[in-house]
Amino acid sequence: MTHDEPVPKKAPDIADEMAEPPKETASRRDWMFMVGTAVNVAAGLLLLVPLAGYVFSSFVQHKDPRDWISLGSLDDYPEKTTRLATYRNPFTRPWDGKTADIPCWVRRLSGNQFQVFAINCAHLGCPVRWFQPSGLFMCPCHGGVYYEDGSRASGPPPRGLFQYDYKVENGELWVKGGEMPTLANPV
Amino acid sequence: MKTLKNIAVWLDDRLHLTALWASSAGHEVPASSGSWWYVFGSATLLCFVIQVLTGICLAFVYVPSTNEAYTSLEYLNHAQFWGWYLRAVHYWGSNMMVAFMTCHMIQVFLFGAYKYPRELTWISGIFLLLCTLALSFTGQVMRWDQDAYWGLGIGASILGRIPLIGAQMVRLVLAGPIIAGETLSRFFTLHVFVIPGLIMAIVAMHLRLVLAKGINEYPRPGYKVHRATYDADYADLIHKEGVPFVPDAIGKDLIFSAFTIVLILFLAFVFGPKGPRGIPDPTIVDTSPQPDFYFLCIYAALALLPDWMETFVMFFAPAAGILFLLALPFFAGTGEKSAKRRPVAVLSVILVMLVIVTLAWFGLTVPWSPHMNAWSGDAIPAQFLAGRTPLEMHGAIVLQNKQCRDCHALGGHGGHRGPALDSIATRMTPDLMVRQVVQGGGNMPAYGKKLSPAEVEALVAFMRTLRPQSTPPSRDSAPPMNRLPRDFAVVVPPHTAQATIKK
Repeated sequence: MTHDEPVPKKAPDIADEMAEPPKETASRRDWMFMVGTAVNVAAGLLLLVPLAGYVFSSFVQHKDPRDWISLGSLDDYPEKTTRLATYRNPFTRPWDGKTADIPCWVRRLSGNQFQVFAINCAHLGCPVRWFQPSGLFMCPCHGGVYYEDGSRASGPPPRGLFQYDYKVENGELWVKGGEMPTLANPV
Repeated sequence: MKTLKNIAVWLDDRLHLTALWASSAGHEVPASSGSWWYVFGSATLLCFVIQVLTGICLAFVYVPSTNEAYTSLEYLNHAQFWGWYLRAVHYWGSNMMVAFMTCHMIQVFLFGAYKYPRELTWISGIFLLLCTLALSFTGQVMRWDQDAYWGLGIGASILGRIPLIGAQMVRLVLAGPIIAGETLSRFFTLHVFVIPGLIMAIVAMHLRLVLAKGINEYPRPGYKVHRATYDADYADLIHKEGVPFVPDAIGKDLIFSAFTIVLILFLAFVFGPKGPRGIPDPTIVDTSPQPDFYFLCIYAALALLPDWMETFVMFFAPAAGILFLLALPFFAGTGEKSAKRRPVAVLSVILVMLVIVTLAWFGLTVPWSPHMNAWSGDAIPAQFLAGRTPLEMHGAIVLQNKQCRDCHALGGHGGHRGPALDSIATRMTPDLMVRQVVQGGGNMPAYGKKLSPAEVEALVAFMRTLRPQSTPPSRDSAPPMNRLPRDFAVVVPPHTAQATIKK
């Protein structure tokens, strides 16, 4: 610095203010801090409402996702047989691919008498398989076994297989599907 | 040279690098902590860094969409240059992270490092453990195959058992009513943003605490931690035998770090990436989902628990375990640190590890699951058929066709859900066999409706032949009318029997 910088003209004014500080400063700062904190808490809560609502929408929306779906003609299910059927989940997204194809076991007793079992084991949701010769459903995960009518035969399941509501209309079998069955929501 | 020095001085002046160094890398630690036992924490952190690096690279290519994820994994495996290798490094890095974290936790526990004044270091470590396990589970979902799909099904079914809010929890985790749509996006977000972010924050706290409270000194048997004196003792120890962490105590960490990297690279190169196994199409029901090894023990416990206590244990046991770990430094925060003076601690570690490893072994071999193809795939060994009558041979066919082999082994082949039948005739009489087959019981389904009387007769005739040649078949213990039961004769003392006869 070889040359003198011009002295700021305001300097004396600032010095005057410093000499006589406003008497209310401390409480004014306290007030600013408290109000500032309060408005931020309020604003933060405002921000939280849409965020939490978005993420936890399952607790807010109670719309039943289920709908009637056709499993095809009755002729596909001969009497006294159990067959695997698949349907496209009614609430599907364009990027779902194969995962929205849901399997289920259809047992036709006679005429319009059916039992439609969810694929998910009542124990922990693994896919049960049907064994015609022994008339049993068996689960590969923890060894749950069910009789052909879906009742529990052995292993850890706490109940029989989950069953879909069904109806017969226009020569077709319809089931009410759309939600993964669990103990909290047995179809 | 002078310019460089000026730049260095300027940077140090502006960034306070010397002070930063002195308070972090150069801080003084007890010389005894430069031990091979202390390398696992830094190795776990290094694994995390490798996971972040490889994870970022994988995310360049991976498509977190239900429809495309599987294809993008196949693309990574087969088309992307070194894609298979980065997937393999990410997979083996995650295994090693869990393994080293476990070693670190055991070491910290056995060395009493969780005691006063390092309670919060331990507690932040527990949260890191939970985050790492959450990363493992969500990472398993990223491998969007049949295991991932049905693994999610198991997770959802567990949540479905929560009282009152089970249904909402299922929808929250699946991001919808079924496993599709936003499910994968949700787990992707957790796996790459939320949980790694949490880990970074908690690791920062974990390390800050190590700096603030000092690293645990190598425990000396006989030295007891007292809240009143420990801080002064530790300061004294640092004063007497403190050495700067860098370069004096970091040597073994450095060598182990290099070993860790090379080990992961080696395992990845030799064993390659895991999966994806089968396409995530739920209509393919011939699948046997299995979790990654960290969850095998839970998977096994869920199969072996009696159903009446299952839901209770499912939620109570993890909560109790975590609470116990969190509370540990508060009820065992003082006293001996050395494992040589803490037999209960050592035995607890051995017991817990034995339980986990045993359950994981069961989870790997799944003895409780029927072998779905045994009835059609496993032949009956010739020694069980030679010399049998036509009726007995027919019984063998019934045994095979009714899929008994799925649960019952013969000659070591078949399922292990039920007992092997090789010597069944030495244990059960014909009447017992008929009852067991027709009515079931003891975890066996009843076959009464699926077998005709003739089939049952043939089956029992065959099973009567299943015994070692030298051992006679079991006989009905019901006595002929004119003889005392044998058991009775053994139990009743002779003089009592005589007294009865005298009367």
